Amino acid sequence: MKNSNLSFFDEMQLGAAATGAAATGAASVREIYKTYNQWLKNVPHHQLDSKRQEAELLFRRVGITFNVYGDDDGAERLIPFDVVPRILAAKEWAHLSAGATQRVRALNMFLHDIYHEQNIIKAGIVPASILANSQYRPEMFGIDVPNQIYAHIAGIDLVRTSESQFYVLEDNLRTPSGVSYMLEDRKMMMRLFPELFRQYPIAPVDHYPQVLLKNLRAVAQSGVQEPTVVVLSPGAYNSAYFEHAFLAQQMGIELVEGQDLFVRNNAVYMRTTQGPQRVDVIYRRIDDDYLDPLVFNASSMLGVPGLLSVYRNGGVTLANAVGTGVADDKATYIHVPAMIRFYLGEEPILENVPTYELSKKEDLAYTLAHLDELVVKEVQGSGGYGMLVGPAASKQELEEFRLRIVSSPASYIAQPTLALSTCPTLVEKGIAPRHVDLRPFVLSGKTVTLVPGALCRVAMKEGSLVVNSSQGGGTKDTWVLEEDVVTPSRQKANQAEEVTC
Amino acid sequence: MLSRTADHLYWMARYIERAENMARVLDVTYNMSLVPNAAESEAALWLPALEISGNVEAYERDYFNQAQQEYTAAGVIHYLAMDINNPSSIYSSLRSARENARAVRVAMTSETWENINSLWLEFSQFIGQDLAKSGLREFCDWVKSRSHLFRGVCFGTMLRDDSFSFVRLGTFIERADNTARLLDVKYHLLLPEQEEIGGAVDYYEWSAVLRSVSAFQAYQKIFSDTIEPWRVAELLVLRRDMPRSLHACFDEITPILEQLSGSRATECKRLAGELHSKLRFGKMRDIFQHGLHEFLSDFVESNNKLGAEIHKTFLSITAS
Repeated sequence: MKNSNLSFFDEMQLGAAATGAAATGAASVREIYKTYNQWLKNVPHHQLDSKRQEAELLFRRVGITFNVYGDDDGAERLIPFDVVPRILAAKEWAHLSAGATQRVRALNMFLHDIYHEQNIIKAGIVPASILANSQYRPEMFGIDVPNQIYAHIAGIDLVRTSESQFYVLEDNLRTPSGVSYMLEDRKMMMRLFPELFRQYPIAPVDHYPQVLLKNLRAVAQSGVQEPTVVVLSPGAYNSAYFEHAFLAQQMGIELVEGQDLFVRNNAVYMRTTQGPQRVDVIYRRIDDDYLDPLVFNASSMLGVPGLLSVYRNGGVTLANAVGTGVADDKATYIHVPAMIRFYLGEEPILENVPTYELSKKEDLAYTLAHLDELVVKEVQGSGGYGMLVGPAASKQELEEFRLRIVSSPASYIAQPTLALSTCPTLVEKGIAPRHVDLRPFVLSGKTVTLVPGALCRVAMKEGSLVVNSSQGGGTKDTWVLEEDVVTPSRQKANQAEEVTC
Repeated sequence: MLSRTADHLYWMARYIERAENMARVLDVTYNMSLVPNAAESEAALWLPALEISGNVEAYERDYFNQAQQEYTAAGVIHYLAMDINNPSSIYSSLRSARENARAVRVAMTSETWENINSLWLEFSQFIGQDLAKSGLREFCDWVKSRSHLFRGVCFGTMLRDDSFSFVRLGTFIERADNTARLLDVKYHLLLPEQEEIGGAVDYYEWSAVLRSVSAFQAYQKIFSDTIEPWRVAELLVLRRDMPRSLHACFDEITPILEQLSGSRATECKRLAGELHSKLRFGKMRDIFQHGLHEFLSDFVESNNKLGAEIHKTFLSITAS
C-alpha cells in the first residue's frame, strides 16, 4: 500500500521517508541518530544481515516464539526482529513517561469509581451507557481491591507523527503482552552490537521483572507478611506462553496453570509436591472470561472454579483486577482526557487521536462520507482483526465495511489515518523506512513506575501501517538515552574504562 | 514445587533416558548384524530389539502385511527410531521430552532448556533419512551424546533442589527398567533352558550386551577373563560401581525418595528401600537358583509399582 498523499516523519533521517528512499546526506540526520548513522555507514549490508540471521538462530534456540491462532503449519513462529534500534531522547522519554503515568493514574481512579460511587457518570462526563458495556463486570461492584489499583500492568500504545507530536492509540489494561520482547531484544542487541552500547548512554531495562515483583507483592491483602506470588498462564499452547514463562523465571516465582490451583476455605492453594500451598497474589495472563468457570465461561478449562468468590472476599489478589476491560474499550478511550481532568485536575500530557464516535449521528455521517481516508475500528476488538484502513482498502472492502457500520454504528469508532512515523529498518534490499509504534509498560503497586524502555513494533511490509505481530509485524529494541547529547568525552571515558577492565 | 512441574521434569528425564536406551539397543543390534552367522536370520536378530521395548504386537499390527510377515532390519529400525505412531520410538521420546521441558521451562536453568530445545531442532536433520541404509551409527551416537549432554547440563547448572531430584529420579527409574529388560530378553534368548545356565557362551552376543550398556571395558577390567553370562548378569544387577546396573540406579533412587518424603512415611520410600536391600544384600547364586528371568521380571514389575507410587505421592494433581 502506498500513501502517496501522506508524508511521514522519519525518526532518523529528516525528509527521507517522504521520498521513500534512504537519504544519503548526513546533514539531515537527527541529532540523536548521528552516532548511529556514522556507525551504520561503515557496516556493509551483508554484515547486518548476518547479524539478523544470528539473532534469529539464537531466538529459535532460546525458544522465543509465539503461536498464531488458526495457523496449522508452523505451531511456533518467531516474531521478526529488526537489528536497527529505535532511539528516543531523554526529554522525549520524560514527556512520554509522564504522560503514560498520568493516564494510568486516572484510569485506575476511573475503574475504582465506576465500580463504586460512579461519580464520573453522575457528573455527566462519561455516559451511563458505559455500564452496559460487555466488559463492565457487575460482579466487581462494591468490591475493594488493595491500594485501589486495578490495572497493575498497563501497556500504553503510542504513535508519533512529527518531531513533537505523540498520540495515545490505545490503552491495554487487561493482560498486555510484549514486555518480554523489550527485555530479550535488548539482550540481543547488547550481544550483537556491544560497541554501540559504549557509544550511547542507553538506559537499562532489565530490572523490569524486579519492579514488577515488588509491585505485585505490594498489592497482597493487608496482613500477609511474605506473600506468595504466581503467574497464571493458559499453558504452553498460548501465543504468549514464552512471555509467561519468562516473567515467572525472571521473578523466581511459580508459573501455574488453572489445574495447579484450587480453592478451599476462602483461599487459593497450589498443589505442590509437599502438599497444598497458599497463594496470595496471582499475576494472571488469562482473560476475565476464562478465570472461573463457575462465574464466567462455564466451559473454560483454563480457570479455577471458585476463584472469583475468594477474590471478592479478599482472599487473593488478581493482577490485573477483574473488570479492567471496561476502561480500555475503544468506546471508553475517547473519555480518557476528560477523566484526567476530572480525577487529577490536570491537563492531559499526551493527546488522544481525534476519534469519531459512530453512535453520534454527525460523526457517522462524516465517517461514511470519508471512509477512504479513515481508519475504522471495532470497539471491543483487539489484535488488528476487526479493522479497516481506508486508504489501503479496495472498493469492495470499503463497501463491505460500510454495510457493517450502518448495521451497527455503535460498534465502531473512526480515526483519521495517522502518518505514523518511520524508523530505518533492515529489509531485503538494505535499510529502508518502516512504520513503528511504541508500547511502554506502566507498573502500579505502591507507586506508578515505568522502566525506561518499551516494546517497539514495526510493520515489516513497505507502506503498511499495521504493526501487530499477528499481522506480520516485527519488533525493535528501543533505546532511551540517559542524556541527549552523545559527547565525545563520554566515548573517551568509556574507552578508558575498557582498557582498565 | 508444583506437582505438575515435578511431573514434567520427571517425565522429561525419563523420555531422554528412554531414547538413549533405545539408541543403545539399536546400535548393538545393528553391530551384531555385521558379525557373520550371529543369528540364524534377520528376523531372529531384530526381534529381541522389539521385545526389549515390549513392542512386538504393535509392530506386527503396523508392519506386517500380505507380502511381509517377518521382522526386517529396515522395519524394526524405522519403527524403533522414527515411527511417530510408536509412543516409545526415539522420535516420540525426544518429542515428549521436549514438550515436557517446554511446559516447565521456568523450572530449569536456561542452559538446560536451550539444550533440550536445540536437541529437538537438531533432530529434524534425521527425519526422512533412511537410517537402515546408512547413518544409523551416527544417529545412535548422536542420541547417546545428546543424552550425556542433557545429564551434564542438569548436573552442571541446576540448583540442588526438588527440581533436580525429580529429574534424577526420572533418569534412574527409567534406566533401571531398561537395564532389567535388556538383560532379561538377552538372557532368555541365549539360554532358553534353565539348566543350561553357565553353559555355552556366545562371545559376540554377550559382548554386545555389555557394549549396549557401556560395560564391555568395565567387564574386562573387573574380571580380566572370558565373558561368562552369569558374570554379565552380576555386573548389571548387583555391582554398584557399574553406573547402569540395577544396584547403582537404586543407590541414586533411594536417597532421593527419602529426601523428598522427608518425615512422611510414604509407600514409595518403603518400596525403594525394599528393592534396594535386595540389590545390596542379594547374592548372585541365590538369584540364579531362583531363576534370573523370574528375578528380573519381578524387578521390572516392582519398579513399575514404584513409579506408580511416586506418581501418587508427588506428581498426581487430582488429589488435593
